[in-house]
Amino acid sequence: MVVCFKLIFVVLMIQFEKFQLANGLKVLVHQDTSTPMAVVNVLYNIGAKDENPAQTGFAHLFEHLMFGGSVNIPVYDEPLQRAGGENNAYTTNDLTNYYCQIPAENIETAFWLESDRMLSLAFSEKSLEVQRKVVCEEFKEHYINKPYGDAWHKMRALAYTNHPYRWMTIGAELSHVENAKIQDVKDFFFKFYRPNNAILVVTGNTTTEQVKALAEKWFGPIPAGEPYHRSLPQEPVQEKKRSLEVHADVPMDMLMMTWHMGGRFDAGYHETDLITEVLGGGASARLYEQLIKVKQLFSSIDCYHFGTVDPGLLVIEGKLVKGVSMAVAEQAVLEEVEKIKNELLPQKEVQKVINKTESIICFEDMSIMNRAHSLAFYELLGDANMMNQELEKYQAVTPERIQATANAIFQDQNRNTLYYYSKN
Amino acid sequence: MALDRIKAPLIKDAVDFDIQLKPYQHFTLDNGVEVYSYEGGAEEVMMMDLVFFAGNCYEEKNWVAAATNFLLKNGTHQKTAFELNDYFEFYGAYVNRTCYNETATINLHTLSKHFEALLPVVSELITESNFSEEELKIYQQNQLQRLTLNLKKSDFIANRLIDEYLFGIAHPYGTYSTEAAFKNLTREDLVQFYDRFYKHGKAVIFMAGKFPKNMQSLMNKYIGALPLNQKALPKYDHPIISAATKKYSIVNDASSVQGSIRMARRFPNRHHPDFPGTQVLNNVFGGFFGSRLMRNIREDKGYTYGIHSYLQNHVQECAWMISTDAGKDVCGATIEEVYKEMAILRNEKIDEAELKLVKNYMLGALLGDLDGPFQIMNRWKTYLLNDLDIAYFNKTIETVRAIQPADLQALANQYLQPEDFYELVVY
Repeated sequence: MVVCFKLIFVVLMIQFEKFQLANGLKVLVHQDTSTPMAVVNVLYNIGAKDENPAQTGFAHLFEHLMFGGSVNIPVYDEPLQRAGGENNAYTTNDLTNYYCQIPAENIETAFWLESDRMLSLAFSEKSLEVQRKVVCEEFKEHYINKPYGDAWHKMRALAYTNHPYRWMTIGAELSHVENAKIQDVKDFFFKFYRPNNAILVVTGNTTTEQVKALAEKWFGPIPAGEPYHRSLPQEPVQEKKRSLEVHADVPMDMLMMTWHMGGRFDAGYHETDLITEVLGGGASARLYEQLIKVKQLFSSIDCYHFGTVDPGLLVIEGKLVKGVSMAVAEQAVLEEVEKIKNELLPQKEVQKVINKTESIICFEDMSIMNRAHSLAFYELLGDANMMNQELEKYQAVTPERIQATANAIFQDQNRNTLYYYSKN
Repeated sequence: MALDRIKAPLIKDAVDFDIQLKPYQHFTLDNGVEVYSYEGGAEEVMMMDLVFFAGNCYEEKNWVAAATNFLLKNGTHQKTAFELNDYFEFYGAYVNRTCYNETATINLHTLSKHFEALLPVVSELITESNFSEEELKIYQQNQLQRLTLNLKKSDFIANRLIDEYLFGIAHPYGTYSTEAAFKNLTREDLVQFYDRFYKHGKAVIFMAGKFPKNMQSLMNKYIGALPLNQKALPKYDHPIISAATKKYSIVNDASSVQGSIRMARRFPNRHHPDFPGTQVLNNVFGGFFGSRLMRNIREDKGYTYGIHSYLQNHVQECAWMISTDAGKDVCGATIEEVYKEMAILRNEKIDEAELKLVKNYMLGALLGDLDGPFQIMNRWKTYLLNDLDIAYFNKTIETVRAIQPADLQALANQYLQPEDFYELVVY
């Protein structure tokens, strides 16, 4: 089960056309005439992992600044709303994605707005000052003012010693964003927000011809930037299990374990995804049935991963039933993990998680918005057409391959454990 | 010729779009249960919403309706909870249940090709659920823990209390779960509620997507033969008792870095003639990202990550709510700014250009909201359960198109009076 940035796979073949502008901007078009709407999606190949360790949270801060006006257009939202459009954006550790949905007849408004902010932002001091505050409030709302809100900060820092996945998109600490200067912001923009570091996807009631003309007109004149060659510090293979104890004012104990897993390009990715479904996907999954229902050690338990591009983490986390000791709960989780390593999964159980995946694919593919996100994401990975091959890859997974992958991942020296104790 | 990037491209005004709510199809099962459906979409998927009149307004003891609804899927006389879930999940189907105030639902999302295999087991949930003591015990234990956790969150507490102030703790809209409510639940409570409001209850069904050819006969075979819609629903009478005190400040956690602010007033339901116009006013005020509250309090002052206002989605009576989490030291200033924005709406006519933007935004968003069979059916479901028809849809659109600054000012003077608002901060 992938969370946060849910990857979208497609059962119907999603047809698209692709071309590139002289400045390096890649453009993909998927036509669907059954809708009156269009989606214009711009993905920038810049995520929190590309940040300077002393200036974390910048990719996400930018997501906010991108709505603070561009060089020729003082306010981004108003013209879009006037044209009947809506927009939003998200930042992950791997990428930043901006999208608007608009009545197809007004599609040019989206090209005008998106191209102007790719050309240059307004870089107003006022916008920076306000958005710094807004992001700090976001930080407080989600990570300080919530019980267990700091768990992932601590887990990332524990599990990663070198790779920049060790900080969250919101930033490693508030001060990095609080201290952001306008010159830092400009440098970041002109390094990463260039046409040759972006992918434009248009879906909905449009034609390739129309998109070609509009893309040339609005994005064509934007100069290319220096190519960005990503070379991130890699995470060394973990050789010893690590753990951390936290004591906080929370109502119940929580156990969180992670194991390093492969990235999107590694063999075993699809097997790992299905392992998280077997363990944590729904009320018939193994952890739910055994640990919540049969043994009644946990009041909630989940197993998931983030679908990251670089090698990521497989996570099991749960809240303990009051009175259950951490050691007993941990042992019970490890027993389930051992089972999946030692016993071949029944064919029917593998079929179940493949069927579930097929269903997820079909449902997520219903909207032109999701199709735009997937096309952009798979193009970032190297080829948008990979989205049309995902189901086949899942269908090829066998019980033997799942067992082999489980044995590779679930090694004790590969594990990081956060024992989050209630002080009460 | 140089490209003019200052001037916006020409647009078609959304007020000029032809926005239609496509009609539903309708048939009646042998037992009298009405089925409303909308067939369409490119993917081979479908959804079915079984709506029972089994919300918390029918319960005589706190939380019985919600617990019954939740445990529907936790075992029948033939199958354990695990076997039921395993069955549904093997087909990649999602069976969810949700309890509201008037109604409670069982919702199925599935690939169309599996509908025939799934429907008999969905039907089993309505006739054969057994509510074992063991399942109830696990539910109570886990819900109690969840409640303990939620009571640490200022936003959770604020949401509960504001509803209590508006409607009263004895009203279905104002009540909430407590430790005692969970502990006092008995198997007998659930079995009785189930027998009266599901097994022999009143239902209405909504379906959308791609249907198998024999959908109607399957529905009749597995749902149409059940003893539904045979008995009139009991009448209930829950008077609304609003709190006398209007302003509250509560410290839930002394170390909190934010306060959860809720401001709300009572507001009539969708049948009131002011409802559609007030939806426009609400959008100007705090209903979308470009609203005045958002521009002032987030985008100008940076007091919060977000601030929203909305009209609640109730059948009997609604409330107009303003909701935000703001920095601890700026909660007072945030509330002051909300009142200032109310005053501006009362005292000054909204600018024509701003109103046009809001109208276009609302209609463009509506066009997007009606895109797809599930969305169309969901809109119809809301209307039908609120006793509304296509005339309401058309009137809403007409109101958005035609409403004038003077109308909005009059509405603001009627409904945005500070003395009508409850005001709550939970730290």
